[in-house]
Amino acid sequence: MLALSDYLVLSALLFSIGMAGIFLNRKNAIVLLMSIELILLAVNFNFIAFSHFLGDIHGQVFVFFILTVAAAESAIGLAILVVLFRNRNTINVADLDTMRG
Amino acid sequence: MIEKAIFYFFAAILLLAATLVVTARNPVHSALSLVLAFFSSAALWLLIEAEFLGIALVLVYVGAVMVLFLFVVMMLDINLSVMREGFARYLPLGVLVGLVMVLQMLLVIGAGVIDLEPAQQAAAGGALDGNNIRLLGSVLYTVYVYPFELAAIVLLLAIIAAIMLTHRRRGDTKHQDIAAQVRTRKADRLRMVRMPSERDSDS
Repeated sequence: MLALSDYLVLSALLFSIGMAGIFLNRKNAIVLLMSIELILLAVNFNFIAFSHFLGDIHGQVFVFFILTVAAAESAIGLAILVVLFRNRNTINVADLDTMRG
Repeated sequence: MIEKAIFYFFAAILLLAATLVVTARNPVHSALSLVLAFFSSAALWLLIEAEFLGIALVLVYVGAVMVLFLFVVMMLDINLSVMREGFARYLPLGVLVGLVMVLQMLLVIGAGVIDLEPAQQAAAGGALDGNNIRLLGSVLYTVYVYPFELAAIVLLLAIIAAIMLTHRRRGDTKHQDIAAQVRTRKADRLRMVRMPSERDSDS
């Protein structure tokens, strides 16, 4: 029988992989976006696991909204990347220093 | 027992695919691995009876978002060698941070701190029996109807923002400039030409 901790451990591992991905691919903005997707997926795993094991549907409603917002976020993020590439001819995060940040 | 086997099978695929996403040399491979990760997650969600979200994950994420990712990755001409700079340099730091975070979370999860019994009694529902989609819908369209409408607005905003960001006017296409049309004056369109009046020749 599946236990809550199985899903929580899996989610923790997934979250850490996504977090390490942000460290490893700090040049490539596309892979950064993908790492953020992984992290959001880990969060959704937690919500769904708790929703199932507590017998409470509200967690799944929350996942529904997270999916919506994440889809909007990645669409706008990719649009920004396309414009960025068109103007600067690069998506290297280190090259985007116009604002001297 | 069979549930456990299915869980470990898909969990292994999921973690493998997630590792490939962050380590793959080519961003196209990253995107395809992310598709695999989403598929295995959908299977794992089906396993704990979140059928609607599992199917929505495949339809929305694999069907729309990942196609968008692949489209952008293939459209942009990325210099791969530049992108890989610093990978080896940040590898120890990234792995260290990841491991520390896993250890910390395992300490919380593994210590048996999480006790579900009181919360389960508070939820009063017990197990979620019945149709998952019906349950979700009955909550989504009553209690969460405002957030649901807001989610629709967020999606609309995303559509408009993405189109406005990437849309560009090309110089060689013909289009109407309403402001210029309204602003026009008589002198722009009408030219008075002075010329000698004609005479009837055959009179």
